[in-house]
Amino acid sequence: MNLVTVSGPPSVGKTSVILKTIVSLKNRGLKVGVVKFDCLFTDDDLLYEKAGVMVQKGLSGGLCPDHYFVSNIEEVTQWGLENNFDILISESAGLCNRCSPYIKDIKAVCVIDNLSGIGTPKKIGPMLKSADIVIITKGDIVSQAEREVFASRVHSVNPAATILHVNGLTGQGSFELSTLLFDKDENITTLKGKTLRFSMPAALCSYCLGETRIGESYQMGNVRKIDLGKKEI
Amino acid sequence: MATLTDVNLRHDKIDTILSKYPFAETFLTNNGVDVTNFRENSLDDYFKSLDPEHIEDHAIDPEHLLDQFSVFISQMLSFLGEDDKVVESITILPGHDKSGKTENFSEFIIQKNEIVSIVGPTGSGKSRLLGDIEWAAQNDTPTGRSILINGKTPDKKWRYSSSEKLVAQLSQNMNFVMDMSVFEFLELHAESRMVTDSETVIKRIIEEANNLAGEKFDPNTPITALSGGQSRALMIADTAILSKSPIILIDEIENAGIDRKKALKLLLSEDKIVLMATHDPVLALMGNRRIVIKNGGILKIIETTEEEKEILTEIEELDKKVMTMREKLRNGEKLTS
Ligand SMILES: Nc1ncnc2c1ncn2[C@@H]1O[C@H](COP(=O)(O)OP(=O)(O)OP(=O)(O)O)[C@@H](O)[C@H]1O
Ligand SMILES: Nc1nc2c(ncn2[C@@H]2O[C@H](COP(=O)(O)OP(=O)(O)O)[C@@H](O)[C@H]2O)c(=O)[nH]1
Ligand SMILES: [Mg+2]
Ligand SMILES: [Mg+2]
Ligand SMILES: [Zn+2]
Ligand SMILES: [Zn+2]
Repeated sequence: MNLVTVSGPPSVGKTSVILKTIVSLKNRGLKVGVVKFDCLFTDDDLLYEKAGVMVQKGLSGGLCPDHYFVSNIEEVTQWGLENNFDILISESAGLCNRCSPYIKDIKAVCVIDNLSGIGTPKKIGPMLKSADIVIITKGDIVSQAEREVFASRVHSVNPAATILHVNGLTGQGSFELSTLLFDKDENITTLKGKTLRFSMPAALCSYCLGETRIGESYQMGNVRKIDLGKKEI
Repeated sequence: MATLTDVNLRHDKIDTILSKYPFAETFLTNNGVDVTNFRENSLDDYFKSLDPEHIEDHAIDPEHLLDQFSVFISQMLSFLGEDDKVVESITILPGHDKSGKTENFSEFIIQKNEIVSIVGPTGSGKSRLLGDIEWAAQNDTPTGRSILINGKTPDKKWRYSSSEKLVAQLSQNMNFVMDMSVFEFLELHAESRMVTDSETVIKRIIEEANNLAGEKFDPNTPITALSGGQSRALMIADTAILSKSPIILIDEIENAGIDRKKALKLLLSEDKIVLMATHDPVLALMGNRRIVIKNGGILKIIETTEEEKEILTEIEELDKKVMTMREKLRNGEKLTS
């Protein structure tokens, strides 16, 4: 089985692109499964089911979704193996610009859209900078020049990545993407022993864990205080 | 991994690196590396000066960054160094239609400075053909077609390089989304294309765009304030002059507010190959040849006949008449027969 991790900011077109790509993978006779990680709510599982794709979803609730991802991806991989998938795709909403769910030696795909502004590639952290493949969507609503400028910005923060333009609505470019996702010589049986491409921040604070009360005595773990400067009155 | 022999990115003075490779500054800026106070130092010194908390917060990985920096510089050098970038022709080798029937032609060669139109019903496979060309298919797409460039199996770079795309596509959409003036916008595009004499190029683009659009605009106009026709004109002029891609795909040029014939001429004058999917007879007949697609396959390739060219002149006359009437109505005049 191949495992592919797909990540990207909300609403950039991850689900649309994955669904279009699955069509091409299925045409090659490959069995595909999906796992969707999100924070509080997702309807994506219904979309995958409607397309006849086996899907699992995991909601992280108050936790950083990427932390939740790492804690669960091994179990999900075993689920994929039990179901004899040729390829298991994980979709996770990149809500935390600091973390990323990429694992060393596991194909990592980042999806971003042309509409997010040319400053965005600079702002997204490891999720963009350490991806193997970067998919740029929504090229249909911007000009050729804007597509070129945006792609060059992406290139300058991740020159080693393969950058592809995919239209999530029409599927233009999704066949091409499908050829990059599956490698018949790759065979994962477990993720045990593998490591993340980037460490996630050392610890969580008490608010991550459900604390609601305000005040220093309730603050534990990794707490950092705002620097308000020392203005003279 | 690419290695650079003439500089040591880790230990050389940052000033030395930047004076050797001026474009490297883009990389540092876009990766949030602020070297203002470190120009006399090395990147190693810079990383060592960072607060560990800052490194953690911004997920800075010096080793990864140095690797990427080296890849970036190598790619830029090979991009700037190439001069055999001219695409003289593309060749389409037959595949099969949706029922698996082999396409009925031996090879189809399109030379630069040529317009080919593509016609066929919805769902017939026009976009797939354009996709095959863009991906430089090698019998590895659903149609089984292969594409040659200059008569040879193309370099893989056409698939994977972000700076060298075989195909530029004129969007259906007529609006820009970025918020800046025409000049700033073109400057940004020129910068991303590594153009050295950007002032001259920008001036030319605006001139050509004004040539295509009915109403002139000046460089300080915000791009979002341009009319539909002006936006279209600017997009075409910009793609013709600034985009490096040798092939231009067009999905219908709308009639609104621009001179389509001039637009196509401009694209051809820049040594492009133009492929145009269209239902408009004026555009379909402007091509020297047209590809007819049916059931996923190329059914035939028709050369535009002399008779059709005469008919085109008639349709263009009609077109002009309609345009003049539209203009008159717009200006509050009355039509007379
Ligand atoms: N030769 C072929 N073999 C198998 N599938 C094909 C072939 N040609 C096209 N297809 C598939 O048929 C579908 C429709 O093709 P496409 O989108 O290219 O049509 P179109 O002519 O662009 O339609 P429209 O006018 O609606 O834009 C696509 O999924 C495409 O991959
Ligand atoms: N115009 C346009 N819209 C797109 C494209 N890709 C996705 N969308 C739309 O963007 C919205 C969000 O897409 P979705 O796949 O749910 O994004 P996700 O949250 O990243 O999974 C949907 O309305 C899609 O139809 C694209 O390439 N072009
Ligand atoms: Mg989704
Ligand atoms: Mg189409
Ligand atoms: Zn996080
Ligand atoms: Zn917290």
